[in-house]
Amino acid sequence: MTTTVEKTAATPSAAAPSKKKARKFSPWGVLAWLAGLGFFFPVFWMVLTAFKSEADAATSPPKVIFSPTLDQFKAVFEQEIGPAFMNSVFATGISTVLVLLLGVPAAFALSLRPVRKTQDALFFFMSTKMLPIVAVILPLYVIVSNIGLLDNIWALVILYTAMNLPIAVWMMRSFFLEVPGELLEAASLDGASLWRSVREVILPLVSPGIAATALICVIFAWNEFFFAVNLTAVNAQTMPVYLVGFIAGQGQYWAVLSAAATLSALPVILCGWFAQNKLVRGLSFGAIK
Amino acid sequence: MTVTAETAAEADERAVAERVRKIRERQNVGVSRAEGWRRRGPLLPALIFMIVVTQIPFLLTLYYSTLSWNLVRPGSRQFVGLNNYIAVVQDSQFWRVGLNTVLLIVVVVLVSALLGLLLALLLDRAFLGRGVVRTLLITPFLVTPVAAALIWKTTILDPTNGILNWLLSLVGIGPVDWIGEFPLTMVMVELIWQWTPFMMLLILAGLQSMPRDILEAGRVDGAAAFQLFRELTLPHLRRFIELGVVLGAIYLVNTFDAIYMMTQGGPGIASANLPFYIYQRAFLGFDMGQAAAMGVVVVIFTIIIANFALRLIFKSFSGKEEAA
Repeated sequence: MTTTVEKTAATPSAAAPSKKKARKFSPWGVLAWLAGLGFFFPVFWMVLTAFKSEADAATSPPKVIFSPTLDQFKAVFEQEIGPAFMNSVFATGISTVLVLLLGVPAAFALSLRPVRKTQDALFFFMSTKMLPIVAVILPLYVIVSNIGLLDNIWALVILYTAMNLPIAVWMMRSFFLEVPGELLEAASLDGASLWRSVREVILPLVSPGIAATALICVIFAWNEFFFAVNLTAVNAQTMPVYLVGFIAGQGQYWAVLSAAATLSALPVILCGWFAQNKLVRGLSFGAIK
Repeated sequence: MTVTAETAAEADERAVAERVRKIRERQNVGVSRAEGWRRRGPLLPALIFMIVVTQIPFLLTLYYSTLSWNLVRPGSRQFVGLNNYIAVVQDSQFWRVGLNTVLLIVVVVLVSALLGLLLALLLDRAFLGRGVVRTLLITPFLVTPVAAALIWKTTILDPTNGILNWLLSLVGIGPVDWIGEFPLTMVMVELIWQWTPFMMLLILAGLQSMPRDILEAGRVDGAAAFQLFRELTLPHLRRFIELGVVLGAIYLVNTFDAIYMMTQGGPGIASANLPFYIYQRAFLGFDMGQAAAMGVVVVIFTIIIANFALRLIFKSFSGKEEAA
């Protein structure tokens, strides 16, 4: 019985947009391909240069045919990339976990069983994203150095959590709002406690949304540079800071720079490709479905 | 068959009950005080965390902005009232940099919105490999900004070995020192490259949410393609474009990486924006008081714009959602 109810309730909303499959040649398709390749070119060139020897990297005309080498990647790994990579993984990973721990309950409180003044709370979360970071970096620097967290990865963990929490709350709220209210109601009629119905009914439904939110948080945290460059030095440097430091030493060597740039950009590119369907929702604070 | 009929009726009943529940909730009838706290509970950790991490530093910025405080002169923390603000207002460099900031945001947002619209229109058509092209197109947005700026500065825009000058040399245009001669423009070009995918994704979402039958009806009526676009598609896309512009502006106010990597704000302050200028003042000039005052001025301007922006977003998106 319950399954049929779910089905009948779900079908009208889940009317999938009809996908037209065209296999025919069209000039617009060619144009789109050219645009896509054009926009992708700098990334392609970065990866290609990373596999060149230094002699092949900076030439005019540029070399497309060359014997690929892994020397540059080897050189990067010899330059202490490991700690920076682990710092980035740590700051990104822990801050994303914290965002979810704080954000999932908050999104729940702002959607399925809404508190009073929901709009005000949402407004506040969004408004923090509008505060220019430069306006708070000085006191943050002073506070962080006073409590001994300068050049400590935990400072970045806390700030990245604050940076991503508003986006996550907005995004997850829009996922929660898609859960049919009847489900929660039906569960509570069955005598399930709130916690149980959340755990067994709601969370399985919104878990794809939560995963997408986490990926967006990963993208932003991994790419962050301003906090990192101001609040860390050697011990807690993340990949972007490492890359900048690398330039200071190897500014003229494009191939090895490209290898370092490729390594720092790759994790996020893969995450973004994987999450591209959910990217829009996160970037638009959940406004666009 | 009878089963489905029954369940449909049941579903109807449920829908009515749900609507009643929602109305009751909106009026807060029957939500006791204890229940209110139980509902608020899950929200509080996030709320308190955000207040502590964002509002306390901002209050401190306000306080610092009234101090004459240089980090390299110990014991220089004196209260000077609004002197820092007077100095900021009189600082012609600050206004020049402010103008750069506005110019950068406006140009990058508008150009990438326009390009994004064109690309979204292209991608809205069916063609072979559309998914691959979309993946290629969003990639610039994903590249770590520091790495992206680095690649543009070296392998693409470099005057001697950059690929752009080589391409231009094929059509007989001599080598140009792109970053040296057009620093701010080149920063903008790099940012447009990174932000066009964002705009495209938003506008594409708008296009795909468009009811197809309307367009088809229009086509049956024999309307020209451009007319259809102007009178049906564009009005529908308006709020998506507005959202893209507003969000793009919010993210771009904080532009720092590209300037830091490509030009260091130079030559002089020709390509600096406010975040970079304030960073220089605070962390290279160590003048905390003045840098803080600049930060406050930036916030005041941002609040004016953001207030307008927030209203726009609420009006065109959340408002509808709440009313539904």
